Amino acid sequence: MTVNVEDKLFQNRYKVDPGRPHIQIKDAAVCANECEAQQCTFVCPAACYKAEGNGAVTLITDGCLECGSCRVICTEHANVAWEYPRGGHGVLFKFG
Amino acid sequence: MANEKFDAIVVGAGPSGNAAAYTLAKAGLQVLQIERGEYPGSKNVQGAILYSDALEKIIPDFRDDAPLERHIIEQRMWMLDEHSFVGTHYRSDDYNKPPYNRYTIIRAQFDKWFSSKVREAGALLICETTVEHLLMDGERVMGVHCDRLGGDVFADVVILADGVNSTLARKAGFHGELSAKNVALAVKEILFMPEETIQARFNINEEEGVVIEMMGSVTEGMVGTGFLYTNKDSLTIGVGCMLADFKSNPNRTAPYALLEKLKQHPSIAPLIEGGEMKEYCAHLIPEGGFNAVPKVYGEGWMIVGDSGGFVNAAHREGSNLAMTSGRLAAETVIQAKAAGKPMSARTLKAYKDALDQSFVMKDLKKYRRLPEVLEKSPQFFTAYPGLVNNAAKTLFTVDGVDKMTKQREVMGSFTAARSLRGLLGDAFRLWRATR
Repeated sequence: MTVNVEDKLFQNRYKVDPGRPHIQIKDAAVCANECEAQQCTFVCPAACYKAEGNGAVTLITDGCLECGSCRVICTEHANVAWEYPRGGHGVLFKFG
Repeated sequence: MANEKFDAIVVGAGPSGNAAAYTLAKAGLQVLQIERGEYPGSKNVQGAILYSDALEKIIPDFRDDAPLERHIIEQRMWMLDEHSFVGTHYRSDDYNKPPYNRYTIIRAQFDKWFSSKVREAGALLICETTVEHLLMDGERVMGVHCDRLGGDVFADVVILADGVNSTLARKAGFHGELSAKNVALAVKEILFMPEETIQARFNINEEEGVVIEMMGSVTEGMVGTGFLYTNKDSLTIGVGCMLADFKSNPNRTAPYALLEKLKQHPSIAPLIEGGEMKEYCAHLIPEGGFNAVPKVYGEGWMIVGDSGGFVNAAHREGSNLAMTSGRLAAETVIQAKAAGKPMSARTLKAYKDALDQSFVMKDLKKYRRLPEVLEKSPQFFTAYPGLVNNAAKTLFTVDGVDKMTKQREVMGSFTAARSLRGLLGDAFRLWRATR
C-alpha cells in the first residue's frame, strides 16, 4: 500500500522559517557511508528524510511535526542536530 | 524584562505547565510562563482524553466554561486480526450522571482555555518564544535564555514543562537522551462529520462519547495500540507503537502507512466513512514508566509532565499525571517561599516526596515491570489477538463440525502457538507486571 503523506501534511498549518531549518544532518557522509538501514527515511512521520539513489539521505524540514523521533532513533551515529524551531515558527496545530 | 526577576519561570503551556503556572499565580507569586507556539496548544498533541479529577483539584468549576467535547459513557477494547475483531465493551448509564469522570477534548482549544485561566490568575504569558537553554551558575539554575525578550530572564526557580523531548534538561546535563524503547511514536488524524452521524454510528446521544482502544494485527507485531475517540463533530483516529519497534520493523512501515491500514480495517472503515480529514499529527509519548523517570528536581529547577516521563501507558493516562505533577511542583514552591527557604535541591526534594505519595508514582511503580515484559513478549500483540479471533470464528461458525472437535481445535491452536508452558508463563508474566 502506498500512502501519500503529502496529502496529509497539506491539511496542516505551518509557519516556515525560510533558510533556517531547525533540524540538520550533522555529517552527510555518515548517513551515506556508515548507516545502512537509514531508518529515518521510513520512521519519520512526515517523511522529511529521503533516501536518494546515490546512498545519500536528504532532509527537508518544512513538513516536520516536531516529534523528535529522528533524533531518538539515530542512536548509533547521533548524526541529527535537533532544535525546536524559533518561537512562533514550525507546525501550528489547529486541533492537536 | 531583562532586569526583572520572577519568583518562578514555567517553560511550556501544556497541561503540566499550565497547572504549575496557575497554582503559583493563584497563590500570588510572580510567574513568567514562556511558550514557543503561536498560542498555547499550537504545539501540543494528545488523543485526547481529559480525566476530570486532576483538573478538578486545580480548577474545581472547570466544567462551567472549558471546551469539552463529549463525556465518555462507553469504553471498547478490541483485539483485531486482519479481517475481524473480538471486543469487550463497558457501557454504563452511571457515566451519564454529572459530574462526569472524563471527556474527549481537542487540545488546541482546551490548552487555550486553560491558559486563559492562568493569565486571569495573574501569570505573565509570553508566546512565540523558544527557550534555548537554561542559565546556570555551577549546579544552580538562575533563569532561562530565550530566542526573544532580549535573551536572559531570571527567577528563583525554573519549572521545566517543555514536553517529552525534555530539551532543556538534556542540554543542561540533568539526564541523557531518550531511549527508543522508552518512547512510543503515535500518529493521528482528526476526521470531521455531522454530530448526528457520530451519534448514530456509535449508538450514543448528544454529548455522550465512546472510546475504542485496539490491539492486534494493526501494529504489525510491534508493541502498540490503535485508538478511535468520538469528539462532538469529529473523530480522532490514531495508532502508536514503541519507537524502537518502528525502527526495527523488517517491513520498514511508515507510521502514516500503519494509520492508513487501520483506517481501512473492515471493522473501522464504516465508522469513519465520509469523515473530512483536517489535520495529521505525530507525537512521542514517554512510556518507559517508573524506571525511566529521570531526576526531577535540583538546584533551582523541577521537571513536570511528559518532560519527566509521567505517563501510565497501561491505563492510557498522561495529562492527569502531568497536571498533578505541575500542581505538586507549584505547591512545593509556594510552601518553600512561605517558609523563607531557598529553592535548593534540599528544599525541592519535597516535590519528589509529594509525587511518591500521590497516584502518579504509585501507579508508575505498580506497572514498573510492564514495559520490559511487553518488550520481551510481542506475542501479546501478535499471536494472542490472532488466536482469539480464530477461536471465535471456529466456535461461532456453524458448519456441521461437532462442538467438542471445535473446542479441541481451539485449544490445540493455542498450545501449538505458545505451548502449555508458554501460555502459563505469559499469564504469570502479565499478572506479575500488573499486580
